[in-house]
Amino acid sequence: MEMSIAVERRREAEESLAEASASKIKIRALNFFYGRTQALYNIVMDIPERVVMAFIGPSGCGKSTLLRTLNRMNDTIHGTRVEGRVEIDGRDIYAPDTDVVELRRKVGMVFQKSNPFPKSIFDNVAYGLRINRLTESKAELQERVEEALTDAALWPEVKDRLKSSALGLSGGQQQRLCIARALAVKPEVLLMDEPASALDPIATQKIEELVVELKKQYTIVIVTHNMQQAARVSDRTAFFWLGKLIEVNTTERMFTNPDEKLTEDYITGRFG
Amino acid sequence: MIAPQLERPSPASEYGARARRAPWRSLLFSATGSKGDTIFRAILFGVALLVLLLVASMVAAMASNSMLSIREFGFSFLLGRNWNPIKDDFGALPFIYGTVVSSLIALLIAVPLSLGIAIFLVEQAPARISRPVAFLVEMLAAIPSVVYGLWGIFVLAPFMREYIEPPLARVFGWLPLFQGTITGIGLFTGGVILAIMITPIISAVVRDVLAAVPVSQREAALALGATRWETTRVVLANAASGIAGAIILGLGRAIGETMAVTMVIGNRPQISASLFEPSYTIASVIANEFTEATGDLYLSALVEIGLILFLVTFIVNAVAKLLVWSVTRGTSGTARAA
Repeated sequence: MEMSIAVERRREAEESLAEASASKIKIRALNFFYGRTQALYNIVMDIPERVVMAFIGPSGCGKSTLLRTLNRMNDTIHGTRVEGRVEIDGRDIYAPDTDVVELRRKVGMVFQKSNPFPKSIFDNVAYGLRINRLTESKAELQERVEEALTDAALWPEVKDRLKSSALGLSGGQQQRLCIARALAVKPEVLLMDEPASALDPIATQKIEELVVELKKQYTIVIVTHNMQQAARVSDRTAFFWLGKLIEVNTTERMFTNPDEKLTEDYITGRFG
Repeated sequence: MIAPQLERPSPASEYGARARRAPWRSLLFSATGSKGDTIFRAILFGVALLVLLLVASMVAAMASNSMLSIREFGFSFLLGRNWNPIKDDFGALPFIYGTVVSSLIALLIAVPLSLGIAIFLVEQAPARISRPVAFLVEMLAAIPSVVYGLWGIFVLAPFMREYIEPPLARVFGWLPLFQGTITGIGLFTGGVILAIMITPIISAVVRDVLAAVPVSQREAALALGATRWETTRVVLANAASGIAGAIILGLGRAIGETMAVTMVIGNRPQISASLFEPSYTIASVIANEFTEATGDLYLSALVEIGLILFLVTFIVNAVAKLLVWSVTRGTSGTARAA
């Protein structure tokens, strides 16, 4: 009996140590406020490197808000306030000396509604490279654009019309273009806010395949309303409810045998 | 820029199939069959028609009243440099020149100023600053033209004479533009007062246009590591045609502006390379000389000048509205709320 407890304790300690050292993102005691309304309560979470972490939960549960704290996108919304720490690679991104521009280059984001610039396909993908001066020659720029479009599984469809407007692409293509645009600057983390919610099933499937492919290189955090999608693409899943993190677990465990009753109720469709 | 959207169905088309089959009938007769509705619609239709009739009758009246001058001078009226009522010799070129140049000066000053104001209000300032500032800027547009004119005579003109024009002459005196006698009254001062008058209009419209650019465009840029300035450039690119519209709208106002310019431009029909020299605009000459125009040809020439002004401002405004509309139509309602 004593023996087994000791073994169990050691295993737990080892696990948490392994997890801590591989954590790309550490969220500690995070509270978030829109004016006086608190949207997130004391969130604690670790996101390991090169996994897909899915955020699920009903509308208004704070999952998108949490996602947007990871690249400080909420800074642009007037009257918001953050308490607590968010560490990426061990550095607190809310520290006063943080270079937000640099942070956002490192933490790319894909939005719910595709938002290409009213420019050519090429210029869209090249935008981040140009403003951050990441390439030294025109040839390198073209190379990086092609690479990003290839990674976003869009290259074969657009390689003959790079100069034409991005707004002429279909909805699914536009979303993959936005992914390519985010990938072009070689971020380390990719945040995806319901990237497939406005797309048809075929385009959705393409995005999902892409996410699975991209996790070989990137740490991905994806917000989704679609539970099947979370089950298909993610390694770990976090369930939020009313601004609180109810449970974070491996996706497999989450969808077969969750620890919390609330999670089970939500996943089986008993509410939400 | 913004994905083309279907027009919202107009009330008339909501009456269904019958309305679609006979658009003219549906304008006059209500589908509900109520007599009151029919009368109500007829009244509204008549009021709307009145505007069209008004414009048409203005063009017709000006065309017929200027016929004498059009026959006498033909196309050379536009290029004639003389304006001599005593010899019945009339040419519009000095006025066209004065109008165009004073308006261009106004745009050169007002456009960067207005863009700066609008960008500040939309992209930078917090709401508690941006709202009162926007309100004040718009109040400038409500000041009567003649008040601007008085201020121009007593404040602006002396200020230009003492502090602006002499240094300009010193630094850029090698350019013919900045040579000549400095009086404070002339083309340059006229342009400056116009700039002050059109800045509220341009900045208000640009502000609406910038506010109509979707937040998603700003977020797209920011998420890629864009600075504030780079994000603003994305917004400006999105709003380009609307900004062009705002500028042309300002131009339209500058071209047609009468009172304030008349009071500071000097009112001498001449074409001089120097911006310090007095000049004359189309609107000013009509205002100044209409009451004393004796002789049919003199009157007719003034009306013809008016016709030119009317057509030019009409076209300029139409183009401007189309451009602004091309950006803000996606968010109608909010965009013109101010």
